[in-house]
Order: sequence, then structure tokens, then C-alpha cells
Amino acid sequence: MTVADFAFFCFAILMLVAGAFTVVSRNPVHSVLWLILTFLSAAGLFVLLGAEFVAMLLVIVYVGAVMVLFLFVVMMLDVDFAELKAGMAKYLPFGLLIGVVLILQLAIAFGDWHSAEGAEALRRSVTPDLAETHNTAAIGRIMYDDYLLLFQVAGLILLVSMIGAITLTLRHRADVKRQNVLKQMYRNPEDAFEMKDIKPGQGL
Amino acid sequence: MVEFFTTTNLGIALLTLGQILLVLVPLFVALAFLMYGDRKIWAAVQMRKGPNIVGVFGLLQSFADFIKYLVKEVVVPAGADKFVFYLAPMITFITACIAWVVIPWNDGWVIADINVAILYIFAVSSLEVYGVIMGGWASNSKYPFLGSLRSAAQMISYEVSIGLIIIGVIISTGSMNFGDIVAAQDGAGFLSWYWLPHLPMVFLFFVSALAETNRPPFDLPEAESELVAGYQVEYSSTPFLLFMMGELMAVVLMCALVSILFFGGWNSPVEFLPDGIFWLVIKMLFFFFIFSMVKAIVPRYRYDQLMRIGWKVFLPLSLGWVVLVAFLAKFEVFGAFWARWTMGV
Repeated sequence: MTVADFAFFCFAILMLVAGAFTVVSRNPVHSVLWLILTFLSAAGLFVLLGAEFVAMLLVIVYVGAVMVLFLFVVMMLDVDFAELKAGMAKYLPFGLLIGVVLILQLAIAFGDWHSAEGAEALRRSVTPDLAETHNTAAIGRIMYDDYLLLFQVAGLILLVSMIGAITLTLRHRADVKRQNVLKQMYRNPEDAFEMKDIKPGQGL
Repeated sequence: MVEFFTTTNLGIALLTLGQILLVLVPLFVALAFLMYGDRKIWAAVQMRKGPNIVGVFGLLQSFADFIKYLVKEVVVPAGADKFVFYLAPMITFITACIAWVVIPWNDGWVIADINVAILYIFAVSSLEVYGVIMGGWASNSKYPFLGSLRSAAQMISYEVSIGLIIIGVIISTGSMNFGDIVAAQDGAGFLSWYWLPHLPMVFLFFVSALAETNRPPFDLPEAESELVAGYQVEYSSTPFLLFMMGELMAVVLMCALVSILFFGGWNSPVEFLPDGIFWLVIKMLFFFFIFSMVKAIVPRYRYDQLMRIGWKVFLPLSLGWVVLVAFLAKFEVFGAFWARWTMGV
């Protein structure tokens, strides 16, 4: 077993265990922390594949941003999760049944799996040889040279959805104190205070 | 002997371990004196003496503090989530340590010479926020929780502008490797460093670095007049020491990043002097001095001011700069002033 194999098994086992704990842990904050460990292990697997750019993006986007928001929401929510999980024993058989059906479907699909002639070559033709170029440059070339329009349209769709979300939730509240920054910046010391020369023992 | 360290697994592991110790041990010793220097500078600005009892001029103060932190009792508040409570300072400390593997100290003096070094730094520094959030939540107390919420929002906001500023440097270099970035700044002494083509962004980066590392004037997570000490309130002894060292290491890391990205790393400022590690160290010390001076002379910002600067001023400015630099580099304005990848890195 090479070092890479050993690392693969470490990351894979860690990922599965962390994923299981994400589901079964009682405290939702612990669930999120286990999920973070799952993402980190996935990033490790990407590094082993030689896709270090994707691995770093996974950590930056999912662990660094998405999971922080998750953690925020879970920490702030006032929900009794023990009560929510109380019915677990009742629904467990049903959940297991769905799981078994899914595994069977996957087994049927992958059990009779044939690759077309030349499929391997077609798949390789998209990705340039990693010995010649870094995978960062390769991904950049594909996204910004070959599929520029699709990439930009995807960005536009995200922008529209973001604007939509903001418009839906934006409301102007009158009962909240707001800071007028421009007014604060253009305030002079002369308006705010005056200097007095006070004689000892006299006061103002 | 050389083959043992370059071919066998055990040899490579031992070699890497040696390299890590070679970086971390001097760093920890330097940290003790940086802490001392930070306090001395702060004291000098306020016309105090600062630490002056332990050792000559108080030079051993940090070591005395260190021993004190180790031998004191660890207090865990009632109702705290014990596991997360202990995990939080470890995460802060470990993420601050592992970021140093990609920092080059001299030409080729780097533990892990990876292509995506900047992204790695970015990923690790985005993990640092978890130490703060988990510490605040696990303490099971109001002040730490409020402090951690503030801190998380602040760190995420300023990470965005730091990332965009770094993208400008990446566009100029055409590589995410620190060695390539420093090599692209080699040439006519200090005039060929990136501070000149990326001049406005140097200030933005520095201010963002202050906010990202929770340093004054943006130390709102710890604002002692409002939140006592933020997420650190319930921490004592060694866990607190880990938090403190992690924060200080993040500050030193930011000093190293400013030196490497904008001030030529180990390149010497004038051509007739040789390049070397001492230039990088001198630059890092200089920026640490500026960090300390800012802490001493600038009053703390209000929270809404901090958020306004982050999202409404820094984000549009840095985003606009990325677009501008992309055009300037593409059309090679002033030759290779912005487009350094044409110089044959």
C-alpha cells in the first residue's frame, strides 16, 4: 500500500464516519461541525486526485462561507431539536426502506454498465494533459475561453436570483435608529463642542 | 544519506518534520518577543513604561506569561459544551500554524511549493473564523456569543475584499505561487515591487488585514467596553494562550503576506545589495511595527461603520480595481508595468 492509498483510505473512512455522525448526532451544531469535517475530507480526496484547485475552492466556498452561514442559522434558531428527533424510531423503518430501494436502483444501473467505444478518449480530450499545464490554468481556459457565454449566463442567473431574494425580503422599518454617515462625516468640531477657560474655584 | 531523505517514505516524513520545526520553532520564539515589542510600542505611545520587571528591560516578560498560562487552572463554565469548548482554541492555533507551510522565506525556501499557494492561504484563513464562532457558542454565555457573531460577520466581510485585492496581484503575475509572485517583482530594486502598480490596493489590503485579524481599530469581537472580551471571556489558562498565540500568528502572517505580495518578499530594495531572507524579516518587522502603531493611535470603530467600510467602500473599490487591472494587463499599458507574466517568469 503506497502513501497515497493510505491517505485515500484515511480521508474516505473519515468522510463516511463524519457523514454518519452528521445524521445521528443529537445537537444540530455538532451536526454542522461533522459536516465541515466531511467537506474537509472531500477536499483531501480532491487533492489526492491531483485537482488541488477544486479542493481549495471546496474549502473556501463551502467550509469558509456556506457552512459559516449554516452555523449562524443553527446557533440562532430556537427549535427544540430533541423533540423533532423524537419520532426517529417511528420513521426509521421507512427511511431504511427508501435507502434500500435507492441502493437497489444504483445496483441495477451500475451492475450493467457499459462504456461506449472511445468514451474514454472523448473524456480525456476535454482535459489537457496535467503534465503540460496546471489544473488552475486548464479550468480557467475551459470556463473563460471555451464556454465563456455559458459561464456568464450562469453568473447572470445567480445575480437575478440574488436580486430577487433581496427584493422579497427587503422592508424598510421606521422604528429602527439609522446612522446617517454623510452627516456624521461632515460634522465640524466647532458645531460639537466649545472650549472654555475655567478659572480655579469659580466654575462656569 | 541524501537518498534516504529524498526517496524513502520515512526519510521524506522526517525531512518534512525537520522543515516544519525549522519554521515553527523560530517563529514561536519570535512571537514571544513580538508580543513584548507590541506591548512596549503601545506603552511608549501612551508614555508608559510597559513590561520592565522580568529580565533586562522586561525582555523575558512573555516567557513569564507563558509559564503562568501553562500552570494556571483551566476553568470550564457550567453548561458549556466541553468538547467544542476545548476544540475552538485548538482550531485557532492550528490553522494559524499550518498557514505557514506555503510562505517562502527565500528563493526555494518553502516547505510546500504548491501551485495554488494563495488559495491555500485563503482557505486556511477562512477556517480561522471557526475557532471564534465555536468558542463563543460553546461558552454558553451571552457576551461570548455576541462577540463571536460580530467577529464571524466581520471576518467574512473583509475576506471578500482581501480576496479581490489578491486577484489583482494574481492577474499581474499570472500565477498563484508565491515564488512566482516574488520573482515577478524582481528587477530594478524597490521600484519594480507591486506596491507601485497596485498602489491604492496596498492601503486597502492593510486595512482589510487589520479587520481580518481582529486587530484594533477593528477589535469589535473583543471590544472590552461593550462585550468585556468577546468570545474569550470564559477562557483561561492554556486555551486562552492558544487563542492569543493564534491571533498573533495570524497578524504576523498578514505582515508576511503584505511583504510578499506588495513589497518584493526577499528581494532587496536596491540592486547592489544581495537578496535574502533578512529582507523579508525586516519588511515583516516593519509592518508589525505599523500594526502596533495603528493599535496605539487609532480609536475603535463603531460596528456599523466597520460593516459600511467593508461592503460599501472596500468591496466596490477592489472589484473595480480587478476590472481595471485586467484591462491594463491585457493591453500591456506601460509595457510590463502591470503585465509581469510577459517578462518570462
